[in-house]
Amino acid sequence: MKQSARRIWGLMYRHLVLYQNSWPRLVELAYWPVLQMLIWGFTATFIATRMSAGPAVTAAAMLLGGVLLWEVALRSQMGVAVSFLEELWSRNLGHVFVSPMRPWEMVTAMLGMSVLRVLAGVLPAVLVAWLLYAYDLFALGPVLVLFFANLMLMGWWVALFVVSLILRHGAGAESLAWTMLFALTPFSAVFYPVSVLPKAMQAVAYALPSAYVFEGMRGVLLHGVVRWDHMAAAFALNAVWMAVAALVFAGQFRAARMSGALLNIGE
Amino acid sequence: MDAIRVDNLTKRYGSVLAVDGIDFTVPVGATVGLLGGNGAGKTTTIAMLLGLLIPSGGTIEVLGHAMARDRFAALARMNFSSPYVLLPQRLTVAQNLRIYGHLYNVPDLERRILELAEALDLTALLNRRTGQLSAGQKTRVALAKALINRPELLLLDEPTASLDPDSGDWVRSWLERYRAESGCTILLASHNMAEVERLCSDVLMLKTGRIVDRGSPQDLLDRYGREDMEEVFLDIARNRGHRQGHAPGETAGGQMAGDKVPDGKTTAGKTAAGKTAEAAA
Repeated sequence: MKQSARRIWGLMYRHLVLYQNSWPRLVELAYWPVLQMLIWGFTATFIATRMSAGPAVTAAAMLLGGVLLWEVALRSQMGVAVSFLEELWSRNLGHVFVSPMRPWEMVTAMLGMSVLRVLAGVLPAVLVAWLLYAYDLFALGPVLVLFFANLMLMGWWVALFVVSLILRHGAGAESLAWTMLFALTPFSAVFYPVSVLPKAMQAVAYALPSAYVFEGMRGVLLHGVVRWDHMAAAFALNAVWMAVAALVFAGQFRAARMSGALLNIGE
Repeated sequence: MDAIRVDNLTKRYGSVLAVDGIDFTVPVGATVGLLGGNGAGKTTTIAMLLGLLIPSGGTIEVLGHAMARDRFAALARMNFSSPYVLLPQRLTVAQNLRIYGHLYNVPDLERRILELAEALDLTALLNRRTGQLSAGQKTRVALAKALINRPELLLLDEPTASLDPDSGDWVRSWLERYRAESGCTILLASHNMAEVERLCSDVLMLKTGRIVDRGSPQDLLDRYGREDMEEVFLDIARNRGHRQGHAPGETAGGQMAGDKVPDGKTTAGKTAAGKTAEAAA
């Protein structure tokens, strides 16, 4: 176990010093979440000027809360996928895969980097929201930790699917690292309730943990109620999807070792 | 005791047979060359020895560990270097060595890094970014990475490719000295025939996925009646039939040299000891 922990730290150290040596990468961590917050913050401010005070505050809170929480899922997914891509871009995967590092240790190191990337990306955006728009995400209360946890878990299993696709199709699939979660945005009911979706889309939405999280967020903001049934559904769905993603990843890793994809995965 | 034991190793990609039922062993402490033209199966064989590729058939045992079941135990005791697999270029030499020191659980890591830096003339480069180094310096860094865990088995894929003659000679001298001092087993894939003659006690000649000949460099020179290994390589690659009394790739007994001899254990190491397949035949 101690040896596993050291190998996990070794791979995390590799990414940490990469950020230390590359300020553009460091800036990129917070760039998009802060930009998103600026755009949606001013949009919310403008809309609020057209509404009466009470509903305006609630609408702005739902919009900004949605933006910030969705960034948690996005950043955690990218944290895993980009860590894997960094190895691919540096043509270093061969060395990693012929070291005694187990695949699960590699995944754990990428999850660790994902946590750090989420903190580095989302916290500055939270600060901007507080400074510019007097929006305090932490006003959601302790339940925020559970929202965060669910969205991070969702980001991780989506990332495992992305990495599996990269293992199968090579660098040609790398754009999925940036786009895959966006494809789930309409079903995640980030900015609107699930009920506004057509029935068929609702079925998809309820298969995603994110829909329950955002319904839960609106429940807290509109009614001051925490929907524990939604929370339980989100965790259960995350567990199911995570298990499926882990199986797919393990299968794809083995398939890559069978087909020789690990030898020329950069192409 | 064999560092590597390969039995009937086969790799098939669809209808293409990349490695065709090869057998060989590499004794502990030997330096064995894996030679062959492009597409001969060298990279595929090395990838299977490293566990990067799952064989279609046959077995591999490395340092007593069956790669199919226990590859991580073997990987902890071996290492690999290739100019085609890079280290992260934006990281410094010391950072790269530290990463691999952690991945291989090297004890007293900082001391090991300084030791290797001194041995490979890298001390002044430790805080330089790897991407800023010359090809010769990068090769020395790659060697340092490959030696970080004091491997008992070293797999080197064209260790002097793209180096100038002086740098190439430095690396070859260093490898000779290191092998003599450490007793490390080395499997070397190379296209540099002078390098193979100088470093290898035995050579496995691969062609279209089969071992078509094997022996010490001197044995092969004698057998083909040639002055240097490059001519031997060309004879085999072009089917020129210069082998004394036999067609290239065919043993006196009509077997391919890569085939099992009656004792089923044709080995590069035994070749060195004068127990070649050819001798057996």
